[in-house]
Amino acid sequence: MTDALENATRALWDAGEIAERDVTGLLGRLTSPGIDTGELFFQLGESESWSLEDGIVKSGTYSVDRGVGVRAISGEKTGFAYAEEVVLPALANATDAARAIARSGQSGAVKALSRNQPPARYADASPIASADDDSKVTLLREIDAFTRALDPAVKEVTVRVSLNHDINLVVATDGTMSADVRPLARFDVMVIAERKGRRERGFGGGGGRFDTAWLFATDAAQRYAREAVRTALVNLDGIDAPAGTMPVVLGPGWPGVLLHEAVGHGLEGDCNRKGTSAFAGRIGERVASELCTVVDDATLPDRRGSLTVDDEGTPGQRTTLIEDGVLVGYMQDKHNARLMGAASTGNARRQSYAHLPIPRMTNTFMLPGTTDPDEIIASVDKGVYAVSFGGGQVEPTSAKFTFSATEAYLIEGGRIGPPIRGATLIGSGPEVMASISMVGNDLELDTGVGICGKEGQVVPVGVGQPSLKIDEITVGGTNA
Amino acid sequence: MPAAADQTAPNLKSLVGQILDEAHRCGATAAEVAVGNTTGLSVGVRKGELETVEFNNDRGFGITVYVGERKGSASTSDASPDAVQTTVRQALNIAKYTEADPCNGLADADLMAHTFPNLDIDHPWTVDVEDASRLALDAEAAALGVDKRIVNSEGARLATQRGCHVYGNSHGFVEAAWGTRHSLSCSVIAADKDGMQSDYAFTIGRAADDLEDAAAVGREAGRRTIARLGHRAVQTGQYPVLFDAPTASGLFGHLLSAISGASLYRKESYLLDSLGRQATAPGITLAEDPHRRKGFASAAHDGDGVATRAKAFVDDGVVKSYILGSYSARRLGLATTGNAGGVFNLDVVTDAQPATALMQTMGTGLLVTSLMGQGVNLVTGDYSRAAAGMWIRNGEPVYPVDRITIASNLDAMFKGIVACGDDIDNRHNIRTGSVLVGDMTIAA
Repeated sequence: MTDALENATRALWDAGEIAERDVTGLLGRLTSPGIDTGELFFQLGESESWSLEDGIVKSGTYSVDRGVGVRAISGEKTGFAYAEEVVLPALANATDAARAIARSGQSGAVKALSRNQPPARYADASPIASADDDSKVTLLREIDAFTRALDPAVKEVTVRVSLNHDINLVVATDGTMSADVRPLARFDVMVIAERKGRRERGFGGGGGRFDTAWLFATDAAQRYAREAVRTALVNLDGIDAPAGTMPVVLGPGWPGVLLHEAVGHGLEGDCNRKGTSAFAGRIGERVASELCTVVDDATLPDRRGSLTVDDEGTPGQRTTLIEDGVLVGYMQDKHNARLMGAASTGNARRQSYAHLPIPRMTNTFMLPGTTDPDEIIASVDKGVYAVSFGGGQVEPTSAKFTFSATEAYLIEGGRIGPPIRGATLIGSGPEVMASISMVGNDLELDTGVGICGKEGQVVPVGVGQPSLKIDEITVGGTNA
Repeated sequence: MPAAADQTAPNLKSLVGQILDEAHRCGATAAEVAVGNTTGLSVGVRKGELETVEFNNDRGFGITVYVGERKGSASTSDASPDAVQTTVRQALNIAKYTEADPCNGLADADLMAHTFPNLDIDHPWTVDVEDASRLALDAEAAALGVDKRIVNSEGARLATQRGCHVYGNSHGFVEAAWGTRHSLSCSVIAADKDGMQSDYAFTIGRAADDLEDAAAVGREAGRRTIARLGHRAVQTGQYPVLFDAPTASGLFGHLLSAISGASLYRKESYLLDSLGRQATAPGITLAEDPHRRKGFASAAHDGDGVATRAKAFVDDGVVKSYILGSYSARRLGLATTGNAGGVFNLDVVTDAQPATALMQTMGTGLLVTSLMGQGVNLVTGDYSRAAAGMWIRNGEPVYPVDRITIASNLDAMFKGIVACGDDIDNRHNIRTGSVLVGDMTIAA
C-alpha cells in the first residue's frame, strides 16, 4: 500500500514545489558526522468545530496548520527546530539549526528513500469533508432539543462537534519514509441540571478515528445526550463522600484512567531510561496482582488512540506491559529505545511538527478476568463504586497518582447505595495494583474522549478495563 | 533562528489591515484579527550534559468575522496572501451556518484603548546555546550539591521567548505589543529507603536581569526535594490547612473562574448572582493592575481591544465586579470590564502577617506545598484534591506528609480564611502570600 504515502507527499510537498531529491538532500545535510539519527516530520493538520450553547449554534471555527519539524540526535543530545513554511530555504534553515547540536560542518549523504507503509488502522477520509455544514449544525440543534426534552431539570445544554484531519509524513536519516493520514472525530454534550436550588453538571461524549457517519447513521449522539442528562441527575442526589482508606470497585471502560496513571506513565521509555520512574529496572518483577495483564495497543481499528504509524514512522503495535502481574515491557520511541538497547514499540508521539516526539501511550487497557461484576460489588461490605472520572495525574518518580470521580456511589452491605459527591482517589501505583483482588469479565473501552498531557504536549488516547476491585485506596471525601 | 526580516511590528500591523480589508471586501460587516509571532530558544541539560536544544518560531493569525449578528472564526499558521484569502473565506463560510446572536459583535468603539503606557515588558535576551546551557548546568549542579541523598536529576532548562502580538478590528483599532519572557527551572530526585521523591524550583522574568541566580534556583530545587523525604502518615480527620503562596495562587484562580463571564452565563459557577455578596472572609481584596511595569500579564487593552484599567473584583470580601469581556457582558446585561482573556496582574491584598506567624496561628494542621489532579467542581464549589506538604504541630514543622487528599467546598474555604501571609510569590499572574483556611477534611 503506497496510497497513504502518495497522498501525503502530494499534500505536503507539492504546494512548496518540493521534490524527493530535495528531501534526500536535506537528510544528507542532517546526516553530518556526530549526528546518529534524525528526521523530518511534515504535517498538514486541519480542524473544524461547531458548538451550540443557549439554544443556538453560536460559533464555529476552522483552522489549518502546516509545518515541518526537524530533529537531529547525537548520543543523548537532541537538536530541534521547525519551519512553518514548507519551502526549501526554510527547511534548510531548520535543518541547520537542528544539526548544530553536533559541532561539525560536513554533510553526509542519504540515497533513495525506502517506502515503509503498514496497513492502515482506520480509513483516511476527512471527517470535515464527510458531511456538509448544514447537516452538522442541524444535528447540533436536534441534539439540543432532544436533550432538553429528556428531563425538566435540564437548564443549560452545550453541544459540540470537533473534527480533525491530519496528514503526516516522516522521512528519517536511515532512508525510510512513511505516512499516516489520521481522522479524528468527537461529539460532546454537557448539561447543567437544576432541582430544588441545587445545580450539577453532566457529560456524555465519544468519538474515534472515523468520519461523521457514526453521528448520522447511528444513535451515538442521542446516547451521549442521555448519558449527560443521566449523570447530572445522579449527581443532584449526591451525598457527602466518605474520607479515608477503603475498598473501591471501579466500573468498566473509562475508569481505565486508573491504568493510564497508576502504571502507564511510569512505563514510558524516557523516565525508565533516565531512572526517574518508580518502575525503572524492574522488568521481570511483580508490580501488580497476578490478576492484572495490561497492554498498550495502537492497532485497534478506529480507536481514538490508534496509530497506523507513530510520529517517528514506526508501525503502531500491541505491547504487553504487565502480564499476570509481572512487568514485561516499556513503551518506547526510537531515541530512548536506542539508548536502552531496545527496539521502538511504536509509541513515539508529538502534539505537532512544532513539538519533539516523546514516548506516549496509545490505547491502554487491562485484559478481562473471569468474575461476574455483580459478584465484585457483592463482596464489598462498605466502600465506593466509581464509574466515571474527570481525569487524573501521576508523579512517575514516586508512583503517586490521583484521579477524581465524577460519578460514584456508596457500597453498603454488598449493594450499590446512594450517589456521592465527587471525590479524589489517591494511591501509589504498585501498591494499588497489588491490591487488585477481583477482575471482572466485562472489559470495555472508553467512548473516545481521552486526552493526555505530558511535558506540555497534548495527544488523544484511549483507556479501558473490566470492572475491578481495589482492596485499599484513599478516598478523599469530606465525611471523615 | 531570528525572526524573518518581514516580521516587524509595522509589517504585522499592515498584515492585520490587509486581512481586515479582505474580510470587508468579502462581505463581513465587522471583523477582528489577532496576529502573533514568537521566537525562542529552550536549552535543557541533565546530569551535567547538554540534552536538548529547541528553537521555536510560531506565527499565524486568527480572524473572527461578523455578518450582522452571526459570526465565524478561522485560524492558520500560514500568513501568505493565499492563506489570508482562504482563511477569511473559511470564517465567512462558517458565519453562514451559525445563528444570529444579539450579543455578538465588536466591543463598542469608544471603549477601545487610546493610551499606551510603557509596560516595560520587552527585554530581548540574546543568550546563545553555550551561555544558556551554562546557566542551566549551574542550577543543576547546585541542586545536586544540596544533599547526598539527591541521587538523580530530571534536568534544568533555560528558556527565552520574544513575541509580537497584534490585535486589530473594524473600528480602525490596531495595536502591536512586543514582550519577552525568560525562565530557568530545575528538578531533581532524592531517594531513601521508602523510594524516590522529586520536586522543582523555577524563576521567571520579563528581563534576564530579573531572574534569580541560577545556583539559588538549584539550591531551592534541592531543598524542596529533600524536604519531601521521610513522609509519615496522618490520621483521617478535620484539620486547619495552610496553603503556601504558590498553591494559594491556584486556589484564588478557582474563585476568579467562578466570577468570570463564561462560567456565569453558562451557570457553571457556585457564585451566580454574587455581585454585592460576600465571597471571601472580610479584609480580602482581589484587585488587578494591568499597566504594571514588567508584569507578566501587563496589557494596555484586552482581547476585544478595550482599554484595561486597575480595579478590584472583590473588595473587603465582597464581589464588586465580575470578570467580563464584551460578549459575556452582553449575555449578562452588564458592561464589559476590559477582561476579554482574563485578569491582568491580580493581587490578593490583605492585612498580611509573617508566614511563620500563620503557622503559630494554625497551631496543628497541614501546610500544603503541592497539589495534584482535578477534583474542583466549579458548579457546586466541591473541592477534593491530592496534596502533599508539611505537618505542623504547635506552630512548628515536624515532618512531611504525602499521598493525602484535602476536601471541602470553595465557598466555605474562602469565607473561612483566617489569615494571609506576607510571603508574596511574584512569579504568577495571581500574586498572593500563603493563606490559612479553616478546617478541611484530610483523608489518608
